[in-house]
Amino acid sequence: MDKNISFKLKVWRQAGPKEKGNFETYEMQDIPGDTSFLEMLDILNEQLVDKGEEPIVFDHDCREGICGMCSLYVNGHPHGPATGATTCQLYMRRFNDGDTITVEPWRSAAFPVIKDLMVDRNAFDKIQQAGGYISFNCGGAQDANAIPISKVDADEAMDAAACIGCGACVAACKNGSAMLFVSAKVSQFAVLPQGKIEAVKRVKAMVRKMDELGFGNCTNTGACAAECPKNISLNNIARLNREFICAKFKD
Amino acid sequence: MEDLKKEQKTAAQPVIDSKIPEGPIAEKWTNYKAHQKLVNPANKRRLDIIVVGTGLAGASAASSLAEMGFNVLNFCIQDSPRRAHSIAAQGGINAAKNYQNDGDSVYRLFYDTVKGGDYRARESNVYRLAEVSNSIIDQCVAQGVPFAREYGGLLDNRSFGGAQVSRTFYARGQTGQQLLLGAYSSLNRQIQLGKVKSYNRYEMQDVVMIDGRARGIIAKNLITGELERFAAHAVVIATGGYGNVYFLSTNAMSCNCTAAMACYRKGAYFANPAYVQIHPTCIPVHGDKQSKLTLMSESLRNDGRIWVPKKLEDAKKIQAGTLQGRDIPEADRDYYLERRYPAFGNLVPRDVASRAAKERCDAGFGVNNTGLAVFLDFSDAIERLGKETVGQRYGNLFDMYEEITDVNPYENPMMIYPAIHYTMGGIWVDYELQTSLKGLFAIGECNFSDHGANRLGASALMQGLADGYFVLPYTIQNYLSDQITVPRFKTDAPEFDATEKAVQAHIDKLMNIKGKRSVDSIHKEFGRLMWDYVGMGRTKEGLETALAKMKEIRKEFETNLFIPGSKEGMNVELDKAIRLGDFITMGELVAYDALNRQESCGGHFREEYQTEEGEAKRDDENYFYVACWDYPGSEDKAPKLIKEALHYEAIKVQTRNYKA
Repeated sequence: MDKNISFKLKVWRQAGPKEKGNFETYEMQDIPGDTSFLEMLDILNEQLVDKGEEPIVFDHDCREGICGMCSLYVNGHPHGPATGATTCQLYMRRFNDGDTITVEPWRSAAFPVIKDLMVDRNAFDKIQQAGGYISFNCGGAQDANAIPISKVDADEAMDAAACIGCGACVAACKNGSAMLFVSAKVSQFAVLPQGKIEAVKRVKAMVRKMDELGFGNCTNTGACAAECPKNISLNNIARLNREFICAKFKD
Repeated sequence: MEDLKKEQKTAAQPVIDSKIPEGPIAEKWTNYKAHQKLVNPANKRRLDIIVVGTGLAGASAASSLAEMGFNVLNFCIQDSPRRAHSIAAQGGINAAKNYQNDGDSVYRLFYDTVKGGDYRARESNVYRLAEVSNSIIDQCVAQGVPFAREYGGLLDNRSFGGAQVSRTFYARGQTGQQLLLGAYSSLNRQIQLGKVKSYNRYEMQDVVMIDGRARGIIAKNLITGELERFAAHAVVIATGGYGNVYFLSTNAMSCNCTAAMACYRKGAYFANPAYVQIHPTCIPVHGDKQSKLTLMSESLRNDGRIWVPKKLEDAKKIQAGTLQGRDIPEADRDYYLERRYPAFGNLVPRDVASRAAKERCDAGFGVNNTGLAVFLDFSDAIERLGKETVGQRYGNLFDMYEEITDVNPYENPMMIYPAIHYTMGGIWVDYELQTSLKGLFAIGECNFSDHGANRLGASALMQGLADGYFVLPYTIQNYLSDQITVPRFKTDAPEFDATEKAVQAHIDKLMNIKGKRSVDSIHKEFGRLMWDYVGMGRTKEGLETALAKMKEIRKEFETNLFIPGSKEGMNVELDKAIRLGDFITMGELVAYDALNRQESCGGHFREEYQTEEGEAKRDDENYFYVACWDYPGSEDKAPKLIKEALHYEAIKVQTRNYKA
């Protein structure tokens, strides 16, 4: 059975995008180990509301690690100390009695804070809109088995497509680079025959948009892949670079 | 209830026209398409369509309508369309491709879906669903969805509950994610082309009716807190189901029924609310601080075997923590699904599997400290296939299970218990997916049409995408064809004024209660009541008690609610409070419908109506209809029942049998 723990929580509070933020400290008592990190915040919010105070705002939705909504920087790590998991799948049994736990929003120029722990990740949508698709209209598709795709390629595409778009890679990167995110989408399509037709146009458009939106450069530190809750591989960045250089040669 | 019956007898019944096309079942959709009215490309440009929601149904509809040339306004409650809750669907999507050469066909998928729905779905809609299912797979592959493949390069399939063929396409345990990202990519293309205007972090509050037609919505900007007005020639809602009425469910936190209830209050019928799906394989409830329940994909039942101890004393020891599941010898295990349903075994439909688990646990054989859990055991599969193969198939699910429960499922059997998962009931729609309000359409989980009283696994993704890619884009043209001369509406029309004012007044009312209780505390109380009395086993007394208690909870909500902060700017407590008010109305609807339906079918189980073996007992003579509920004008009155009689031509209605 999991033990209950008590700890100190330091949470970033910020009333709005232009307001000055600061850390507030809350004492948490007797939290069961099988409580998820977000459920622990629910408990705190319930206590704040009972005292007539405004609850802490944070993004969350599916709470099973797939929607990519949750975006907390816990003790200096995006999604906290657990690897291969989102904040919603981080359980309090990972912490110890008497700990001080620091919670911040994603910190990146491209992801401005909206309120407290909630940030604006619209830039990610914009990169996808620039070219993260295969151009065809519904209704024109041929039989799904008309083009065989090797299992190796399909699996590789799936590995890349598993990205949940949470932004942990950007938050983890000292340069605020979105390369892992962009490369995951580029890779998924680059290894599939359906995606090859527009591969040149896609990689250029997505990289251009990424640069335009103020994301930093990639210096191959690998922090993105180390913190990625879905273990998206650095190989995708290598493939993106290759695709990009080939595309440039074709100019 | 007596008053309700009297009222139903005396009031003149409005005629329900489901607009089912003429002809034999296999030709209906073809006939419809051949004779429906179309809108020419030049006119499509002049027409605007609002699509609320960006899940599989919403995103596929928004992108397809835009590809055709309509202007689309698309609304999303999350920060990005990619996060709609369709993303969490794990197992797969059905289609009648028959790639496995195992005897599948459009007819068989149609038949299995109708049978799985316990003969309470509309036959013609289900046939169409099965018919377009193959196109969905083609569409998704063309989008670059990385479905699982065989070594030869062709698509792989797995089997799912309620079927004897392998027709489920999947992308690891993340099929919903991959299909949604496919639809999202098509949507992004249309956003880039300027044909879709995307509104993120907006929540629909009400629908605006002008001269008896839906012409716009009032939506709350969740960042600024402001109400905004949007006009269009037609409104499509794709806002999902109402599972969160129960507080604890597998739905995402923001899933709610506010948009659906707004339509209902404006006069859209709500159909079959009592049909709620309880999913058999979820991680059991562990404490009172829990915010949601986590689903373990039904695909696990392909290789996992479900059991509880045969001996009550073994069960007691497990509950006390002095004995472990793996230590119980084979002879002392009761594989109750295999015992009761030899033909389908662990792959019986969800409602049957859920009730069987409840039956064993109620009899005292539950296997965790609360006594509300059964084992899902992979030791046989590991022995047969090896740990590596099992890991390849289910690895991510096993990891997720271990992270949540701290138990390694390779070594110890998983523990599972049923939980609220999906709602088959929803806004009533005709064959064209139009609600009883002109110009208002409902697609995906938020309509009622295809799953009857129980949905089969891997059919939700199929239905959402069928509606959005292949059905609505046709049928909505039939409605819009005579709207081409209607100029764009201005949002300063008096109808917009009045609707926005009403929404604002409701918000002010909630903010001014200034009571003592938080939204969640009331929601939890309400959800508990729903689970206890309107959950897996329902009785007349229980439902009457529930309806009485719901009135008390509503009173508590209206007089003792506390919302901190102000209505200006972002206020998540206010947003939750608005949703809770609608959950209470929705919960009452579920209870009224469950009370009215004096039979057991699919997800609706009335304990008074069961066979000697404990199976659901339908009453086709008296309840072979869709129950449509009409809003009586106030929450204080009971809703009015209108019946859409079901007519089956292709399938003989019979008792469901998964034994032989």
